[in-house]
Amino acid sequence: MQRSDYLIGKIFFALATLVVVIVFNFFLFRILPGDPIKAIVRSPRLTREAREKLTADFGLDKPVFFDAERLREGDVVGAFDTQFTAYVRALLRGNLGISFRSRRDVGEVLAERVWRTVVLVAAAETLALVFGMALGLASAWRRGTRLEMTILLWALFSWGLPNFFLGIILLILARGYLPVGGMVVPGLKPEDGWTYWADVGKHLILPTLTMAIVYTSSYVMIMRSSVVEVLSEDYILTAKAKGLNTFQILRDHALKNAMLPMVTMVALNLGYTVGGAIQVETVFSWPGIGRLMYDAVQLRDYPILQGTFLLLAVSVIAANLLADILYSVLDPRVKAE
Amino acid sequence: MEQFKEIWRAFRRRPMGIVGALMLFSVVFIAIFAPWLAPYDPDEKIDVEPGDLLAPPDAGHLLGRDDAGKDVLSQLIYGARVSLTVGFVASFMAMFIGTTVGLVAGYYGGRIGNALMRLVDFLLVIPDLPLMLVLISIWGRGLWKIILVIGILGWTGGARVVRSQVLSIKERHFVLRARAIGASSLRIIMRHVFPQVLPIILAQAVLSISGAIIAESSLSFLGLGDPTLVSWGMMLNFAFERAISRMAWWFLLPPGFAIVWVSVGLVLMGSTLEEIVNPRLKTHHLFDARRMVALVTGARPKDFELSRGLEAEGVTE
Repeated sequence: MQRSDYLIGKIFFALATLVVVIVFNFFLFRILPGDPIKAIVRSPRLTREAREKLTADFGLDKPVFFDAERLREGDVVGAFDTQFTAYVRALLRGNLGISFRSRRDVGEVLAERVWRTVVLVAAAETLALVFGMALGLASAWRRGTRLEMTILLWALFSWGLPNFFLGIILLILARGYLPVGGMVVPGLKPEDGWTYWADVGKHLILPTLTMAIVYTSSYVMIMRSSVVEVLSEDYILTAKAKGLNTFQILRDHALKNAMLPMVTMVALNLGYTVGGAIQVETVFSWPGIGRLMYDAVQLRDYPILQGTFLLLAVSVIAANLLADILYSVLDPRVKAE
Repeated sequence: MEQFKEIWRAFRRRPMGIVGALMLFSVVFIAIFAPWLAPYDPDEKIDVEPGDLLAPPDAGHLLGRDDAGKDVLSQLIYGARVSLTVGFVASFMAMFIGTTVGLVAGYYGGRIGNALMRLVDFLLVIPDLPLMLVLISIWGRGLWKIILVIGILGWTGGARVVRSQVLSIKERHFVLRARAIGASSLRIIMRHVFPQVLPIILAQAVLSISGAIIAESSLSFLGLGDPTLVSWGMMLNFAFERAISRMAWWFLLPPGFAIVWVSVGLVLMGSTLEEIVNPRLKTHHLFDARRMVALVTGARPKDFELSRGLEAEGVTE
């Protein structure tokens, strides 16, 4: 099998997953007991006109998924004039609905907030990767020493630490030294230039640190095990015999070979990272996608909830596809014909 | 039965596993005997003075009082019941689904097996916590709903491990012999394959309990816990909403450390068990990353790496 076949297979799986997520997202909000959209339309406080408008907007007068009656009559196009196709058509136009509470376009709200979460997650992942690789390498290299034991016990402890609890602890400790909530001091505006961005950076420290500490542990573990495995290979002995020093061996052999599982791990972790972002953004009132989701849960703002979930799922699918592509570049076996 | 005696003999020689088991059983003990251990009944109506609200620890209330003037220690003790119930029941459910899927996918293979493994791959890329949030907020809050959601989303790791074991077991002689004398597939699975994978399932189950406990506390912290029960996550939610401005550490810290305590105990115990029963983990060092990864993702990095590489070469299992 060639590399292009491998990639086509992966892209196909990602697209299939995407379709399933969209169908799933539709059904989640239509079929479950307590269907939020129908509940809104049935509200006795609505005027008749408003109710009819909502019914038409959501296509509630149409069948949910498929009109078997019209298909039997030979009307193939009409059979698919349903709530589901109305949803997909709106989605393709980038229309994610209107927030129940703020009355704003969901896509607009998401676009405004998404970079804040991206910055937070990227900073935390980078920190976690750097520390995870360094500590993992150190513990594998110094195997059987007290250093290794300390690193491993710490990794185990922080692994059992819920994100939000670590956030609360750091919040208590750092209170008075660092800003503990929000994104920027009230009053500062992006037009203020440097002062504004410096303040955003300061607000970013605690949430980033919280996520980074929790996510470091899994990188430590995986880095350590792959380096231990590499160091027991015969070619390490060869490298030593050639007269390379320890630093060169660690850099050229151990680090390089450990990259593959790390790439996989980063992609797999992303699903957990966005979950962690919800908790951490809640603790530090960081106004990103996670905090938005928390607020939407409290306010029962279903269009926001649906849009956020779709965005998160799509990003994780895309990241996994990206990891697969990166993997095929890094792993020579994938290139083999 | 014989194999469990053997596992126990290996287990009791590993200090980390014993420590983990003791950590877990201390919490189980507290949960069972909560009414005798807790100094106060958390459901009891009490008269509160304004000074009692968030009162710091004293002789009568070793961990102080919460925002309603109730004893924090008693709530902590009763909270163990909620967290352990969710952990054990959700994990049992996840293991039941995961084992069934793993047995079917591994034993029958072919189209059914492939379809099931695609489903596993699909669930692996869907972010868990956001999906749980969406499900619970539409469906409504309740203990059983939380357990069901965690159980239904948590079985993929178990399915992967069971399947990979079944793939090798079904080629062994005793299975081939049973098939040759005409035993039905169902009988072979139940009588010959299942007992072989049972120990690995148990190790996985112990590990998945800690995942379920953390998931429950995250949901409760985000305000989606069962409103009629006070779990550790719920205590943290209350504490975060109302006690943080008063710096009431006696209300904030205990429930969080309780979660850490029980989940570290479970991970120590589960990874020791897995090390004993899973022949694929050859390294004899206690904290091997592969176990942590199996725990976190349900995949082993090595498997993952290999299957990605081999797939590219056109080789499948």
